[in-house]
Amino acid sequence: MRRFTTRQVIPGVAVLIVLLIFPLIVQATFPIHVMILVFLFGMLGIGWNIMGGYAGMFSFGQAAFFGLGAYTSSYLSMTFGINPWIGLLAGGLVAAVVAAAIGYPCSSLRGHYFAIASIAFAEIVRVIFNNWKMVGAAEGLSLPMHQESFTNFVFNSSKLPYYYIALVFLLISLIVCYFVATSKMGYYFRAIKESHDVAEVLGVDVVRYRLIAIMISAFMSAVAGTFYAQYILYIDPESVMLLAISVQIVLISMLGGAGSVMGPVIGAAVLIPLAEYTRTMLGYKGTGVDMLIYGFLIMLISMYQPAGVWGLFSRIGRKTR
Amino acid sequence: MSKVTCLEVKGLSKWFGGLAANSDIDFSINEGEIVSIIGPNGAGKSTLFNCITGFYKPSSGNVTFYGRDITRLGADKICKIGIARTFQIVQVISDMTVLENVTTGALLRFQRIRPAMNKAEEILNFTGLNEKKDFLATELTIADKKRLEVSMALATQPRLLMLDESMAGLNKVELQQIIDLIKKIREKGMTLIVVEHVMEAVMKISDRVVVLNSGKKIMDGSPKEVVSNPEVIQAYLGEKYRAVAK
Repeated sequence: MRRFTTRQVIPGVAVLIVLLIFPLIVQATFPIHVMILVFLFGMLGIGWNIMGGYAGMFSFGQAAFFGLGAYTSSYLSMTFGINPWIGLLAGGLVAAVVAAAIGYPCSSLRGHYFAIASIAFAEIVRVIFNNWKMVGAAEGLSLPMHQESFTNFVFNSSKLPYYYIALVFLLISLIVCYFVATSKMGYYFRAIKESHDVAEVLGVDVVRYRLIAIMISAFMSAVAGTFYAQYILYIDPESVMLLAISVQIVLISMLGGAGSVMGPVIGAAVLIPLAEYTRTMLGYKGTGVDMLIYGFLIMLISMYQPAGVWGLFSRIGRKTR
Repeated sequence: MSKVTCLEVKGLSKWFGGLAANSDIDFSINEGEIVSIIGPNGAGKSTLFNCITGFYKPSSGNVTFYGRDITRLGADKICKIGIARTFQIVQVISDMTVLENVTTGALLRFQRIRPAMNKAEEILNFTGLNEKKDFLATELTIADKKRLEVSMALATQPRLLMLDESMAGLNKVELQQIIDLIKKIREKGMTLIVVEHVMEAVMKISDRVVVLNSGKKIMDGSPKEVVSNPEVIQAYLGEKYRAVAK
């Protein structure tokens, strides 16, 4: 396994310190909200990256897992009074099981066909939730106001606890991704991404390892979903299961650098502020402007830097070495 | 020499619609042998390879490996029980380095990266590719890519190694290098099946040659016997080999 060099550790620690003191210096709520979304989408991007960037399964259906996590914990909390932290794990498990059930019959689908199947899957899930009375159908679920506390995963007076919880979730996701990438799993995922033939000829059980990648990815996305539900305290299919969310997750990862541990985080750090600030500056007239800019950036990336922003960094890093 | 049967193919047929790519093929290989499979394009050599290694399911017949029926096993399971192969069109993991590629193969027998990587380095030393271990697979020449593919196959620690046209498109020097490598692999006690068009190499390395034509086995014998068989000459080798054989 590769050891970290001081050149990698020092910038990492510096960024972490800045992130830790950021909300103490910047008192305004909006920048903190934007940073929380950056962490959230960074986590979703990492989840996508494990199945898309490493194992080569281009999912355009991550919003389904995100939504399943949000709905599971919210429903359990509202109906049975189950603690959202337990709901968070339950949501992860539900998403992972659903992912495996859907992933297994899709085992032989590759490339574009897998992408199409993932869109179909996510849309089916969205339509089901839009019509399912038990989970509020199109009206969604409004979480009741509980006493503010860490145990209840609710904070009314300040965004700070959400900020730090999201940061911790992101760091845990990064660590998980790092261990996946540098383990046997990571090597096997990359072999599968190259081609099923080359993986099988090296003795890789392709179906099994694809399912593992899908399940890890789904679990992570669902945890992000529960966080979102506890943060906004209101969910409906339009806010957590939209195709646009799935697309945004893919764009973030591709822009930052698919197949690298840090890539999706960089992508989220670039694209989320862009989206949020264009939205606030242009108001409702600006709807779609962020998508225009995304589109333009994606064109640039695919033409000049297919390895993403992170690829650019590591290329410069290699040259100066 | 010991006479343990390594691989046995019995009555193997593979149909694609109305076309019999392999029909009723029988042959067996003893442990430690090098057997070449030759024949004109479309004779069914690659199909046979794919049927043995689990990439195709044979339409009928069966394949046994050290007495175990492996006919219905998937490609990854077949690799796990000890048959490794290369492809006619080189298959490597292009965005990995040479060392990472071979490590991926070695991971079949190891759970952790470190020991797998040590095994991979040992194999790269053996195949003579260690100097290029930090190159990306895409940066290699065709000859080196083929050598890498052989290294990856060896890393899975097989008992039978099957090479599909490892010599096609190589120049004289590269050809000699790969022949030397095959001999070296054989000295370690490996059993080999080689699909090859380069007759010069086939003559040098093979203990036995199986000749296919139109999906059928037409001959099975020593290299000498094969090149003097009129049917083989007519189907595949051409008249110039009649002179060579004499």
